[in-house]
Amino acid sequence: MGDDFRSPQPIYLQLADRICREIVRGDRKPGDKLPSVRDMAMAAGVNPNTVQRVYAELERMQVAQTRRGQGTFVTEDGARLRTLREELMHERIASFVRDMTEMGFRQEEIVEGVRAHIKRGPDAAQQGGKTE
Amino acid sequence: MKPSSIVQFEQVSKRYRFRYAVRDLTFSLPAGRIIGMIGANGSGKSTTLKLMAGLIRPSRGRVYVCGQQAERRMSRCVSYMSDMDALYGFYTAAELITFHERLFPDFDAAKAREMLAFMRLLPGQRAGDLSKGNLGRLKMVLALSRTAPLVLMDEPLSGLDPLVRQSILKGLLSFVDLSRQTLIMSTHEVAEIEPLLDTAVLMADGHVVDIRDIDELRTEYGLTLVDWMAERLSRPGTGYTGANQA
Repeated sequence: MGDDFRSPQPIYLQLADRICREIVRGDRKPGDKLPSVRDMAMAAGVNPNTVQRVYAELERMQVAQTRRGQGTFVTEDGARLRTLREELMHERIASFVRDMTEMGFRQEEIVEGVRAHIKRGPDAAQQGGKTE
Repeated sequence: MKPSSIVQFEQVSKRYRFRYAVRDLTFSLPAGRIIGMIGANGSGKSTTLKLMAGLIRPSRGRVYVCGQQAERRMSRCVSYMSDMDALYGFYTAAELITFHERLFPDFDAAKAREMLAFMRLLPGQRAGDLSKGNLGRLKMVLALSRTAPLVLMDEPLSGLDPLVRQSILKGLLSFVDLSRQTLIMSTHEVAEIEPLLDTAVLMADGHVVDIRDIDELRTEYGLTLVDWMAERLSRPGTGYTGANQA
């Protein structure tokens, strides 16, 4: 189907994570209605029970609210959305630093590497990796 | 029997002459889910589905479906889609819908026509003239248009190209009603089907090796369905003795 969930993380967490990213990116705005369970199941190619679990998880995270009979909506709580943004950043950074540390890079090397990468810009960085 | 289980097998064996197709199956399956039967050819998946449908009788043991012992008349509460091309080729799609409406009191003809359009099938086309892919779509339309609490599909994806498989799976997700129905299907497309499943039943050599929820495999063991299947089948002689039997 359109999506695959080859990472062994639970599918509902992968899908919840994807929706959080869409919210942080602004693809889904505060107060937006999320698709119905059936529509989301179809779009993501997952079981409707899984989507129900995803919406429950987003609710538990206070990122979304379910209104009886109306559906599930992205929260309008600006403070929560700002902390969500922070959380996603810290999660990604933590996993990146873990990877790098595992490969034996020192902290200063990692910081310097990130700084140089950003300075070169995204396109140049890719080429740099290939030519070296 | 637990109130939430829709299928229950008690020490069920099915023997054809001198060969056991399935042997000593004891398990139960929960309602309101999509359940995948996986395992190699000849592992007993089709036989198990036919036993659930009441199409064949166990040589020993009992099969309960929706709280009743399975028998031929079960067809009222079981919608069964065979892996054979069992449609009458000279009927058009529209005629097959009318035919099924007469055959099954729970057949929802309006839903069938809606699915037909969703699957981009023409009502006037004869079943015999359909491509393999469109025949697969039509069979699914007919199976899912019933409101029967148990829907069984034997290899609904087999021999179909990736795009057809995708459209069949989309159709399945949009038309199955898990608040009232349980869907059990056998397939070899394990990785493809995994995101659709709540639960997987792994069979080998006529036995149920194990029954697990997909979330459980991923949360507790960090395994995808393919990983799990490979791991379980590489450890022979460990028959299923899970919580369902306790």
